[in-house]
Amino acid sequence: MTARVAAETRASVPDRAPTRVDIRSLRLPIAIMIVIALGAPFVIYPVFLMKMLCWALFACAFNLLIGYVGLLSFGHALFFGAAGYLAGHAAKVWGLPFELSVLTGMGTAAVLGLVVGWIAIRRQGIYFAMITLALAQLFYFFCLRAPFTGGEDGIQGVPRGKLFGALSLDDNRAMYFVVLAIFLLGFFFILRVIHSPFGQVLKAVRENEPRAVSLGYKSDQYKLIAFVLSAALSGLAGALKTIVFQLASLDSVYWTTSGEVILMVLLGGLGTVFGPVVGAVVIVCVESYLAQLGGWVTVVQGVLFVVCVLAFRRGIIGELSRVLHRPL
Amino acid sequence: MNTVFGVPIQALFSQLLVGLINGSFYALLSLGLAVIFGLLNVINFCHGALYMLGALVAWLMLEHFGIGYWGALIIAPIAVGLFGALIERTMIKRIAGLDPLYGLLLTFGLALIIQGVARNYFGVSGEPYEIPPQLTGGRNLGFMFLPNYRAWVVLVSVLLCGSTWYVTERTRLGSYLRAATENPLLVQAFGINVPRMITITYALGVGLAALAGVMAAPIYRVNPLMGADLIIVVFAVVVIGGMGSIFGSILTGFGLGVIEGLTKVYYPEASSTVVFVIMAIVLLLKPAGLFGRTA
Repeated sequence: MTARVAAETRASVPDRAPTRVDIRSLRLPIAIMIVIALGAPFVIYPVFLMKMLCWALFACAFNLLIGYVGLLSFGHALFFGAAGYLAGHAAKVWGLPFELSVLTGMGTAAVLGLVVGWIAIRRQGIYFAMITLALAQLFYFFCLRAPFTGGEDGIQGVPRGKLFGALSLDDNRAMYFVVLAIFLLGFFFILRVIHSPFGQVLKAVRENEPRAVSLGYKSDQYKLIAFVLSAALSGLAGALKTIVFQLASLDSVYWTTSGEVILMVLLGGLGTVFGPVVGAVVIVCVESYLAQLGGWVTVVQGVLFVVCVLAFRRGIIGELSRVLHRPL
Repeated sequence: MNTVFGVPIQALFSQLLVGLINGSFYALLSLGLAVIFGLLNVINFCHGALYMLGALVAWLMLEHFGIGYWGALIIAPIAVGLFGALIERTMIKRIAGLDPLYGLLLTFGLALIIQGVARNYFGVSGEPYEIPPQLTGGRNLGFMFLPNYRAWVVLVSVLLCGSTWYVTERTRLGSYLRAATENPLLVQAFGINVPRMITITYALGVGLAALAGVMAAPIYRVNPLMGADLIIVVFAVVVIGGMGSIFGSILTGFGLGVIEGLTKVYYPEASSTVVFVIMAIVLLLKPAGLFGRTA
């Protein structure tokens, strides 16, 4: 209730899609999403689909922060890339099994999220964005020099290993269903978080932080927890991507990666449940079709940013949900 | 005798000079960011791209029209300033009043476009730009060799920073500017054309960035990505200094450049990260920044 009252007292909140979502009303779209995801690998190359799923999970994790707490992090590549490196290192050098490698990456991202969040939440708004960007750049230079990342070469030839020591993941279709299961786990976890009382407080902080504070909520603690959750889930996505492509590389920690995930969420719809997934699918497709154009991909991304901000602030799912009169 | 903490005094001073040069560019760019943010409430992410555009315009003018450094020093900032005015009028203006994060995202998109187009036409390797004949050579100061061009860059930057400070703090135009930063509606009610002032401020801010770009062209190679990483350092400078004070931006810019130069001498591995580390420490000790007002 707090969130709604706060939202009504502040009319200037820019175009955001309706966010009061009843989980049950999402049953149909969720079912459609799962059916498509189950059928897709029999039609489309599974590695391409896995790329989409990793980015979609990353975008969902990012949306938890921008869409539901209103914090724009410009440094999420840090968590995505760091988890990728650690997962790759764990699987290749330490010889850990698949599950533990992914958890190592995710745990690293959570710890880094705690440190970065602790520093960055001292400032609000655009300062928060600039601080996260600067800290991510710091980490990029660290990765460039640190011996275990392999510098410009990255960590190559990461073994995929076996699920629970039994199911070999070298088969792309087997790997796909494992990635899909983990993606859905992350997706439902985020859905659960944003519909919990904790999620309601997050929205209250987003809509009117001074008011949330005056009601007795320690907004900094809520922001920090949300930041760590978002970092850990971004790390999960990054670790999976490394295992799928058997490669951890420097461009995953660069600011262009942070920009890409922002674009996905913006294009799909800030603060919508399905927006990040749709945004990730669209951007991965666009980039793959435009790959032969080389450097023009950056220009297309820039144009999408400009168009989204100037004319399409609700994003694809935000507009759809407005037309259908139901939250998505 | 000729060493300071085990480093030859020659090497120390030449790195200090490099630090001052970098500091000049930090100061000029963060100054522009601060002035633009004050009036428009937008963090101009394409500031680095427009700095690069200044250098690129200078190079293009030399290559295609034979206009040298001195012409470029005047024409490139004006050209980029006009381009900036166009951006402000057609795009940034339309998101006024929205959450400032949209301004950041819009200008980030513009930076991607400008850098992407430049990279497609010029490649990533970059082009050299000659130092103008009047400023080649250098002089021996006894304890170090001072290249004339570098002395010129530091001198011009100090003058530019000083005049920006003078214009905003001591002139009538500056008083309008500061008043509009506090309360644009009231200033407009007094009959001052605030929208035009906003356009002019944005154009001047990015013109300053382009001027820095032209000055940087002979030092670094003219490269489409020369502004991309620089802008992130400048953001850190802005966070450290706080955007409340013009003088604070200038001092922080030069100071961090010098610290970076010293780091290159004593602990080279950290020279690319020292500014970010300082930012983190400042945030822990003084969250509003060294010269900032609490937001």
